[in-house]
Amino acid sequence: MRLIDVAHARSGDKGDSVNIGLIARDRSDYPLLVKEVTAERVAHHFAGVCLGEVKRYELPNLGALNFILTSALGGGGTTSLRVDAQGKAMGEALLFMEIDV
Amino acid sequence: MNTVRIANGQAFWGDSPAAPVAQVRGGDIDYLTLDYLAEITMSVLRKQYERDPDAGYARDFVDLMSEIMQECIERDIKVVANAGGVNPQGCAQALLDVAASKGISGLRVGVVTGDDIMAQLDDLESEGVPLQNLDTGTSFDEVRDRIASANAYLGAEPIARALADGANVVITGRCTDPGLVLGPLVHEFGWQWDDWDLLAAGTVAGHTIECGAQASGGNFQGGWRTMDDLAHVGYPIVEVSADGTFVVTKHPGTGGAVTTATVTEQLLYELGDPATYLSPEVTADFTALQVQEVGPDRVEVTGARGRPPTDSLKVSMAYSDGFQGAAMITYAWPDAIAKAELADSVLRTRLKDLGLPLRAIRTDLVGYNSVHGRVVPPAGSDQSEVVLRVSIWADDPDTVSRFAAEIAPLVMGPPGFTGLLAGGRMRPSRVMAYWPTLVPKSVVDPQVIVRDGV
Repeated sequence: MRLIDVAHARSGDKGDSVNIGLIARDRSDYPLLVKEVTAERVAHHFAGVCLGEVKRYELPNLGALNFILTSALGGGGTTSLRVDAQGKAMGEALLFMEIDV
Repeated sequence: MNTVRIANGQAFWGDSPAAPVAQVRGGDIDYLTLDYLAEITMSVLRKQYERDPDAGYARDFVDLMSEIMQECIERDIKVVANAGGVNPQGCAQALLDVAASKGISGLRVGVVTGDDIMAQLDDLESEGVPLQNLDTGTSFDEVRDRIASANAYLGAEPIARALADGANVVITGRCTDPGLVLGPLVHEFGWQWDDWDLLAAGTVAGHTIECGAQASGGNFQGGWRTMDDLAHVGYPIVEVSADGTFVVTKHPGTGGAVTTATVTEQLLYELGDPATYLSPEVTADFTALQVQEVGPDRVEVTGARGRPPTDSLKVSMAYSDGFQGAAMITYAWPDAIAKAELADSVLRTRLKDLGLPLRAIRTDLVGYNSVHGRVVPPAGSDQSEVVLRVSIWADDPDTVSRFAAEIAPLVMGPPGFTGLLAGGRMRPSRVMAYWPTLVPKSVVDPQVIVRDGV
C-alpha cells in the first residue's frame, strides 16, 4: 500500500527547507502513520533530494504529522533552479511511499 | 458584538482580482484582509520607489479600492492590507486621491510605518547586532553591500492602534500575515496583550485564511476532484468569537468547500515546530487545536494556546545575487529522451569550450522526471515528447546572454528541434535573494498615523 491510499498532504517552503503536512484521511489511521512514516524513512524516501536532515512533529489532535526537510530546494526561494522551486509537489512525492499495514 | 467576520481576499500579489470583490459583495463581512507582499517583493518596490517617489506600493490595491471603497465605507467593512510596500504614505495618498476624485466621503486611512530598517543597518551593526542569516548562519558581511531592502515584520499591535484611532482602511508595509487578522480582533474584543491564548487563537485564525482559497478548496490535495466550481472558488472567512473560538466558512453559492480536511491542510501549511509558531505578539501552540465540522462549509477551530513572544523581530532582507536564464526545447518520438539528452550534452560541451563562469547549471526533462526526480520514477522512457530545460545561474548578465546564444544552434544537433518553448532568445533575469535575520524588538518603533479624506 502506498501512503496516498490513507493520507493526504500539503507542502510549502521556508527558505531552503520544505515542510510537508501529512494527514490521515481517516483518523483511525493516524497510529499507522506514526508507526510507518518515521523521519528516517522519509529521509530515505527523499535521498538525493533532501540533502539535510528530516525532522518530524506529531499532531495527534489533527491526525497529522509535520515533516521539515532541510536543504531540499536547491537553495530555495528565488535562487533555486528547480522546476518546483518551492516544493509545492513534494507532499505528493511523499504519498508515493510504500507502507506496511 | 458576538462575532467578528474577517474575510481574506488576496493571498499574494497577483492573486485573483475578482476574489476581494466577491468577498465584499457575496455577503456580510466586517473586515477584508489582503496580503500583497512575498519575501522579496520589497526589493522590487524599492527599485520602483527610487525611480518614482510616488511609487513603491501595490498599485493593484489602489485599483481594487477604487472599485470597492464606496461600498466598504457605506457598509462599514474595514480593509486591512500590507499593500504599502516601501511607501505606505504614498499608497495612502493614492487612496485619498481616489476618494477625492470619486467624491467618496468618510475615508480614514491608517498608515503603519517603522518596518523599514534599511537606514538603520549601519547603526545596528555597530551596536553589535549580528544580522547573520537565520537559516544558514552565514555572516552579514557576505551580502552587506548588495542589500536592496530590509524590513522588520511588524505585528497586530500597530494595526489595532490604527483601528482604535478611527481608521477604516489600514495600510502597512512589511507585516506578518496573521497580524492582519489579529489586529482587528484585538481592537474589536479588547483583548489584552498578555491574553496569550486569545492572541494565539487570533494568530491561528489569521494563519488559516492568510493563503486565501487554500483553506477552502484551492490547492487541495486531499480531494481536488470533488471540489465544485473551482472557477468561482469562495475565499475563506473566519467568524471569531470573543473567547477566541472561530468558524472557518465562505460565502454561500461560491465554489470549493470548507471541510475539516481543507482547513487541516492549511493549518499545516508552511508550519515549522507546531508548538512554537512565532509572531511578534505571541508564540502560538497548534498541538491542542481541535477542528470539527459544525455545518455545511463551516468548520470550527478551538484549543489554541499561547505564551509570551520572543524578544526579537524577524527581518526580511533582499539582496542582488546574480542572473539566471532557462532554455526550453521540445523533442518528440522516436527517442525523445535520448535526443534531449544528446542536445544537453552538446550544449554542455560547448559551454565548457567557452569557459563560461557558471555558478550553477541544471538540466531537467520536463514531462519525464523534472518534479519528483527519482522519488517517483517515470513509468517508462518511450515518451511521445519531452521538454529539455537547461537553466543556469551566473554572476553577470553577459554570461547568461552568451549561454542564450548557444540554444538556437542546437537545431543542428539531434533531429526535431521544434523551436523555443518560451519564445525568442531568453533575456537574463536578475536574481533577488532572501536574507532572513533577527533584530531586537527594541530597535523597531512602529508608527501609526490616520489621515482623513473629505
